[in-house]
Amino acid sequence: MTTMNHDKELDARGLSCPLPILKTKKALSDLASGQVLKVVATDPGSIKDMQAFANQTGNPLVSQAEQGKEYVFFLRKK
Amino acid sequence: MEEPRQKKMAVIASKGTLDMAYPPFILATTAAALGWEVQIFFTFYGLQLLRKSLKKIKISPLANPAMPMPVPMPVLLASMPGMQSMATTMMKQKIKKHGVASLEDLRTMCLEADIKMIACQMTIDLFEFKQSEFIEGIDYGGAAMFLEFAGEADVTLFI
Repeated sequence: MTTMNHDKELDARGLSCPLPILKTKKALSDLASGQVLKVVATDPGSIKDMQAFANQTGNPLVSQAEQGKEYVFFLRKK
Repeated sequence: MEEPRQKKMAVIASKGTLDMAYPPFILATTAAALGWEVQIFFTFYGLQLLRKSLKKIKISPLANPAMPMPVPMPVLLASMPGMQSMATTMMKQKIKKHGVASLEDLRTMCLEADIKMIACQMTIDLFEFKQSEFIEGIDYGGAAMFLEFAGEADVTLFI
């Protein structure tokens, strides 16, 4: 799923590890509990990293999908 | 549900080359983003990573047979004057092209994330450095200070 209602979008295209995760963390801090962050990345490593980030921080990864060479993530702030 | 205990990571950064500068900063910033408490102890050549300017942090093709080169390079050629600067310039271009953060940016993010960065006082004295040569916002200490934190850490790395 590459579309979903979200409250904020983070463009992490062209960034390599660990920047997509660091910027995701920062973007989430601007959101209120329950709000949704969309992240678009091009780093293939971000697939596993985003799952690990969600698991460890408790912010659920609601959806993730590949769209061409881009990876789209939706995280819900805990 | 009870909040899990905050994880801790203790890192020793002992190297001062461009390639070896990355792992401590990458792991520290990522651990902080995961909510971990992090300390990095900079000792010996790692101390160079706390200098105000990181311009002198370089990579050497010498004694580094694993370094990818556009053309195979004999060791004698790699030892020529200017080769270290050339290798450093090429590596920095690659870093930029692939969207990898600069060392300066990662270090700033460490400070912003309240990662405790400790400069080894013994090394400062040994190399006759001055505290004024280093960035603001760091601590100074010794082995016992590092071990106090490392003793409670979930992850401890020597880099």
